[in-house]
Amino acid sequence: MLEHLPALQVVVPLIAAPLIVLVRNRRFAWLAATAASWACLAIAIGLALRVAEAGTVSYALGSWPPPWGIEYRVDALNAFVLVLVSLVAALVAPYAWTSVAAEVEPDRQYLLYAMYCLCLAGLLGIAITGDAFNIFVFLEISSLSMYVLIALGPQRKALVASYQYLLLGTVGATFYVIGVGLLYLKTGTLNLADMSERLRTVEELRPVLAALAFITVGIGLKLALFPLHQWLPNAYAYSPSMVTAFIAATATKVSVYVLLRFYFTVFDPAPIFERLPTREVFIALSVAAMVVTSLVALFERDVKRLFAYSSVAQIGYITLGIGVDNLASLTGSVVHLLNHGVTKGAIFLLLGGVALRSGAVSMSVGSLAGLGRRMPLTAFGLVIAGFSLIGIPGTAGFITKWYLILGAIDRGLWWLVAVIVATSLIAVAYVWRVVEAAYLRPADEAPAKRAEAPLTMLVPALAMTALCVYFGFETSFSVGGAREAAELLLRGVR
Amino acid sequence: MKDDIILRVIAKLTMPFMVLFAVYVQFHGDFGPGGGFQAGVIAAAAIVFYAIIFGLAAGQRLVPEWLVEKMLAAGVLLYAGVGVAGLLLGGNYLDYFVLAHDPVHGQHRGIFWVEAGVGLTVAGVMLKVFYMFAGRGRIDEEEGA
Amino acid sequence: MSQIAAHYSYWITIFLMVAGMYILIARGNLMKKLVGLATLQTSVYLLYIAPGKLIGGTAPIVAEGFATYSNPLPHVLILTAIVVGVATLALGLAIVVRIREAYGSIEEDEILALDRDAADPAD
Repeated sequence: MLEHLPALQVVVPLIAAPLIVLVRNRRFAWLAATAASWACLAIAIGLALRVAEAGTVSYALGSWPPPWGIEYRVDALNAFVLVLVSLVAALVAPYAWTSVAAEVEPDRQYLLYAMYCLCLAGLLGIAITGDAFNIFVFLEISSLSMYVLIALGPQRKALVASYQYLLLGTVGATFYVIGVGLLYLKTGTLNLADMSERLRTVEELRPVLAALAFITVGIGLKLALFPLHQWLPNAYAYSPSMVTAFIAATATKVSVYVLLRFYFTVFDPAPIFERLPTREVFIALSVAAMVVTSLVALFERDVKRLFAYSSVAQIGYITLGIGVDNLASLTGSVVHLLNHGVTKGAIFLLLGGVALRSGAVSMSVGSLAGLGRRMPLTAFGLVIAGFSLIGIPGTAGFITKWYLILGAIDRGLWWLVAVIVATSLIAVAYVWRVVEAAYLRPADEAPAKRAEAPLTMLVPALAMTALCVYFGFETSFSVGGAREAAELLLRGVR
Repeated sequence: MKDDIILRVIAKLTMPFMVLFAVYVQFHGDFGPGGGFQAGVIAAAAIVFYAIIFGLAAGQRLVPEWLVEKMLAAGVLLYAGVGVAGLLLGGNYLDYFVLAHDPVHGQHRGIFWVEAGVGLTVAGVMLKVFYMFAGRGRIDEEEGA
Repeated sequence: MSQIAAHYSYWITIFLMVAGMYILIARGNLMKKLVGLATLQTSVYLLYIAPGKLIGGTAPIVAEGFATYSNPLPHVLILTAIVVGVATLALGLAIVVRIREAYGSIEEDEILALDRDAADPAD
């Protein structure tokens, strides 16, 4: 069974989903979803260990040898992403029982768990496959289930948010398919490794340039690159708490992985990057993302939207690392996939606990008043996760900023160092708004009963928060894995 | 529409042929245009046709809601099951070569069952979508919206 | 000129793609936006399938006397893409039906106005 781990990584949640629909019982649905998530974590860790000792793992689906068949290919970069996605899933799934029971109607809950399993299967599939069209199929599986998950939110605005995301996300996927089509017409293959080999010897470069443009814009829509981020704040703010935590920590990160894979592995041999200002464009868009959305977060009233805009800014940090394009900054980018994943996951899980206890559908910053007294553990967790968001030393966020700044200095871009520090200061400002409301503002109602979130929700949320601190000190997996992945990417050959 | 005798008679005459055509398309996918998705849609279209002429309630008596949801899930599990069967018989996931005594027959068997799963799911999905949309309009009319 | 005329399938693809995107952006009715999305996706199907037919190629079933076969792979890819498109359209329509029930309208500006008015600046 061990050599079939790559296939099982996707098959386990994929089988869980129709089983949940067949049995139609809420408790079974939650148990199946949790079991599938934990199994995925075990499989992802197994794969990461195998890649660490034996190098790239290749698995031919259907026993058709690549490049004719679809190949699942795990190397240092995707092993990292697989562990990230399954780690978040393993923590969110046990949290979901109480949270979903409070926010979604009882006869719809099993459908939410089925969609969650499909989304997990899709995200893991995107990360593990080595075939360009297979990426599109899994991209759409995860996206379609995400639209459903978002639409299950308690307010009617969730429907509009889901519709908006559907339109923009489908346009993104369609652009990606157009890019892959142009590449297929030029190279005759869909296997990523084979495509990169054939692009080495291609003469007419204009279709390849067009393909690069289409794929960049398409994936940019999926990862909420600066001007294409319009769907994100509404989608995060109005979906159920467990859904926000799950997609905030995973969906955009997997799309970043696709971008990295195409830029550094597929397009690398083709002589196009020297003629294009891609680095400058990425740096410009990233700086715009970091500055503009951090400023919007500063003035945003709704707490979940505030952190959603913060997510767009953090994605700006990741794409900044891609733009600066040296070992240190790429290490920073890849490690931020994990660090931001656990940070935002922790924040949204904790906010879900607050939403459960306060009973409100939407929370403004003001409604967090007195949180420090009402829910001390949750408030403390929010402070720690907020520190990680800012990049205080001792938290995961600091590790990322360290590597990004190192990378910028290596390239002599001192103004970029100033921008990174300045946006971290803006992050201090908006995290301070939350902390000030929680600890320094007196609550309106007189008796502030201490009512923490239930244990099934509190334990996963605090575990995720603990990971923010853990990855700030024990960086052998996070930075070690990221550095290996960055070296692999810069080397180019697979 | 169930009061119009011409429509009723024509519907009852053509429905069996539609279902037969769906079965034909399902099994001739490897020799001509066809396969699971197309067959599922045609089969669902036959039931939808019946429901349009004789009313949604009659359609739901023919193919009840719970059956449609089970069809949906069962088709996906059938497809995944073929993949797992390949795993258990010694090949990779979705390996058809090991499913029978020689590779060519294995491919035939694998594609047969996989397409059956696809047809089942697609028919289920199309019917479910129809029931959802048709059922909703009714509620709108009753409330006079 | 004959070069331009020979690539007529690409011209149709581009026209459908741009028309679809225009409808998606310019029309405020949610249902019409979905129509634009469907048109955009149809252009992609054409992009894949038209180059698959080789001039002088026969159907892709091995037979005696034929050396050139048309490419069957684009058809398989597009079948998958069509199913994805159908699923997206079905989901989009379901969401539009629910929006109509929740807001009473499917015009984008009316919905945004309702959301803006209903958003009480709480606390």
